[in-house]
Amino acid sequence: MRRSDLGEFEEVVLLAVAALSPKAYSVVIAEELERETGNSVSTGAVHAALQRLEQKGYVSSFLGEATAERGGRRKRLFTVSALGGRILQDVRAVRNRLWERIDSHLLLDWQ
Amino acid sequence: MKPPFLADCLLNWFCAPHLREEVLGDLHERYALRVAQVGEAKARRRYWREVLAYVRPSIIRRQSSVYPNPTNTTMLRNYLKIAFRNLARNKAYSFINIGGLAIGMAVAMLNGLWVWDELSFNTYHKNYDRIAQVRELGRQDGKRYSNATLPYPLATELKANYSDYFKHILIAREAEDYILATDEIKISQKGQFIESGVPDMLSLHMLKGSWAGLNDPHSILLSASTAKAIFGTTDPLNKLVKINGNMDAKVTGVYEDLPHNTEFHEVNFFAPFDLWTSVNPWVKEQQWNNWFLSIYVQLQPQTDINQVSIAIKDIELNNLKKLDKARVKDQLASHPQISLLPMSRWHLYGNFYVDDLGPVQMVWLIGLIGAFVLLLACINFMNLSTARSAKRAKEVGIRKAVGSLRTQLVSQFFSESFLIITIAFIVTLLLVNVALPWFNDIAAKQLVFPTTSLYFWLVILGFILLTGFLAGSYPALYLSSFQPIKVLKGTSGLGALGTGRLASMPRKVLVVVQFTVSVTLIISTLIVYRQIQYAKNRPIGYSREGLLMIKEQTADFKGKIELLRYELKKTGYVDEVAESRSAVTNITMWNGGFSRKGTDIACPNGCGTLPVSTEYGKTVGWQFAAGRDFTRAFASDSAGFIVNESFAKLMRLQNPVGETITWGPEWRKPKAYTILGVVKDMVALSPYEPTIPTVFFLENAYDWINIRLNPNVSVAEALPNLEAVFKKLVPSAPFDYKFADQEYARKFAKEERISDLAFVFTILAIFISCLGLFGLASFMAEQRTKEIGIRKVLGASVLDMWGLLSKDFVLLVIIAFAIASPIAYYALDTWLQNFTYRTELSWWIFAASGASALAITLLTISFQSIKAALLNPVTSLRSE
Repeated sequence: MRRSDLGEFEEVVLLAVAALSPKAYSVVIAEELERETGNSVSTGAVHAALQRLEQKGYVSSFLGEATAERGGRRKRLFTVSALGGRILQDVRAVRNRLWERIDSHLLLDWQ
Repeated sequence: MKPPFLADCLLNWFCAPHLREEVLGDLHERYALRVAQVGEAKARRRYWREVLAYVRPSIIRRQSSVYPNPTNTTMLRNYLKIAFRNLARNKAYSFINIGGLAIGMAVAMLNGLWVWDELSFNTYHKNYDRIAQVRELGRQDGKRYSNATLPYPLATELKANYSDYFKHILIAREAEDYILATDEIKISQKGQFIESGVPDMLSLHMLKGSWAGLNDPHSILLSASTAKAIFGTTDPLNKLVKINGNMDAKVTGVYEDLPHNTEFHEVNFFAPFDLWTSVNPWVKEQQWNNWFLSIYVQLQPQTDINQVSIAIKDIELNNLKKLDKARVKDQLASHPQISLLPMSRWHLYGNFYVDDLGPVQMVWLIGLIGAFVLLLACINFMNLSTARSAKRAKEVGIRKAVGSLRTQLVSQFFSESFLIITIAFIVTLLLVNVALPWFNDIAAKQLVFPTTSLYFWLVILGFILLTGFLAGSYPALYLSSFQPIKVLKGTSGLGALGTGRLASMPRKVLVVVQFTVSVTLIISTLIVYRQIQYAKNRPIGYSREGLLMIKEQTADFKGKIELLRYELKKTGYVDEVAESRSAVTNITMWNGGFSRKGTDIACPNGCGTLPVSTEYGKTVGWQFAAGRDFTRAFASDSAGFIVNESFAKLMRLQNPVGETITWGPEWRKPKAYTILGVVKDMVALSPYEPTIPTVFFLENAYDWINIRLNPNVSVAEALPNLEAVFKKLVPSAPFDYKFADQEYARKFAKEERISDLAFVFTILAIFISCLGLFGLASFMAEQRTKEIGIRKVLGASVLDMWGLLSKDFVLLVIIAFAIASPIAYYALDTWLQNFTYRTELSWWIFAASGASALAITLLTISFQSIKAALLNPVTSLRSE
């Protein structure tokens, strides 16, 4: 398990997949990230990240239903795999541990 | 509302096909969202940026083929399985398809072997390209001839003045039957007296002894089979052999039998020319007016055969000019030119008449027939495959719908045709192996299947590949081009698959071509058969059954004939015995020089002059038209002639009996003969030609003994008794007899061979034509299933339907007949011109051939048309 291969954008996308499950696909993820971060996020970037995540085995995908605004085309839906979930938890644990070690005065200064 | 079209085009261009659906779907969905949020103009601009954001390697990279490197062979096995299932399901089709192809290939292969054998004639000899035969070219009765029989002085002249050109100049006697005798055994074998360089020239493969063996004038080289026949397993070297009872020779070598496709294969021994001249001293005294020798030469290396030919061309002419002009007038008129005929041309261009191209044309004809039959079989294969395309169309549709690529389908159909061809090829090998002995029999060849030759198998492999591509390409490319949506909808039957009226045109042309060939062959077979029957039924003027002929091959017969006759008749198995100069089926003595009361009796091509003994007539059973037979009662009969009707006709007399004729050819003193009787014409030579004018007279110059068997005893019983008599009286000669009827039958061998071949090719042509027709008929029937259904619903009867489906084909066959008749008429008329005594081309033969072709056609297509006509309209119309 190499944590280092999870990039920042990938981590966010992976989290988004987990948050939007079971209806996570490129468009909603991009919309969600745009709303959350305020930056514009293209579906192309999300798509590429999802491809990488799938290659690493953190998500799995299947083709879902088609809708009219998609021109009758099906969407590719993503779910977090068990491995992906564990990775997320690991990342979170690392961060939590670091957060807990930050001096509370310092935290008050930032607010 | 729609997103920018150009952007979509761009995306479609760069995006990998397998990702297009989800990518475009995402883009369009988001575009719809954007339009709702920020308006169309902004959304369109954003859309371009979004599209460009997809320009990254992971999106552009094409997915490698769906089945990149099959780790297992499931699909391949599926192709094979489907192919086998198709074969097993349509047993009749498979049988016809494989059988037709196999027969086509078998014919092509047999013909190929035949042509190869003809072309490789004599190549057994290592000096093949340096050996030649000396020929005399000239002109006789307006025809160019090339004579291999030459006068003796020509050889001495060549040896004296031109020996620089040649490594060998070998004088030879024509190969003949001789008696080889040891103390224990006597056999008759064909052999040749030739000068001693022959083993070297022919590069004989010596099993025992050496090439130098023939240098001793009393030596003989035997072929392996002859050595075995004479000496069995004992060592033949240095054993003594007596040739014809008067020539002694010592065996100095044994050579491997020459293969069947060499000029000398019938020669079973070689003996020195000097041995023959030692008992025939007259040979060396002969001048330019006696042609009786062959001369073989081997050129020195680096000499050009044409230059040598030019150098020696006038030898004979120059020598003739030195002689008395009046005596050699005829010879000078033919303008003899000496020339060399290279060994490569002996077999196919060695005819007496230079312009007779028969043998070469035969090679071409056989080769063409082979190629043609194979081509017809291939086209039939294509026809049958495409005719069944309706059945396979659905399969193609489904395969394509579930994801087969076109290349996969092409390879599937190719592998299917290769499978069929491989099966057909195995059948072909069986067929060829079975048919080869029989084919050898008909073609008078000894072809073998060259299983050990790598070259042969390479040719075979190429042959299979060629046939596979020829026959498999059309179905493979055609079937794989179907659009799945069209074939699966199944609305329009075959019409929509581009197989309308125009597409069936090639098939129709093919049927016409095939039937033209068939009808021509049917007519030819009938005519050839009738010609042979016509000649066989010709009255031959003597009775050939129970007539035995024995050649007096040794001098020991002399003086024993009366005793033989007495002893033979005493056995009770023999009615009569007589001697003659030639066998009853041949004429071996030709002369002119007849005159009556000072006017010449012209013999256009020479007259037969045959010495016979007194009882000859009674022995062969000739029939008198006028006058009487020879008899021992009158000594004056020795100055008597018995002539045949043709000779009587030459004399232009009402009643020639009793007339006196003077006969004085150049070589003997003129003598007067009285005509005692006129016999009916006896067919001695070709049964297709007019009888040769012949005279018979009593003169002791006989070569044959004729024996008339008692008709009341069986031949099998008689022969051992006759043999016993011969063994007792002439122990030095083998009892080697010929039956007159068998000898006569041999005169038909060539024509019967043509007849047999024509018959076989007719059957094959009809079979293959019927295959083509069957394919076309089934195709038509399938195409018109619906039409037939509707017609039946509207009240048409089965007979109407049968007529409807048959009339197209009847028309095709009538066209074929119209083309074939003139071709056959022309070809057969030309062929019949070869025979003076010939049958005529009756109209009813043509009519019968046409009718039989029509009958065969109707039979073939009726199977399909009646099947289609009987189909219940409910089944044929329901499927819509």
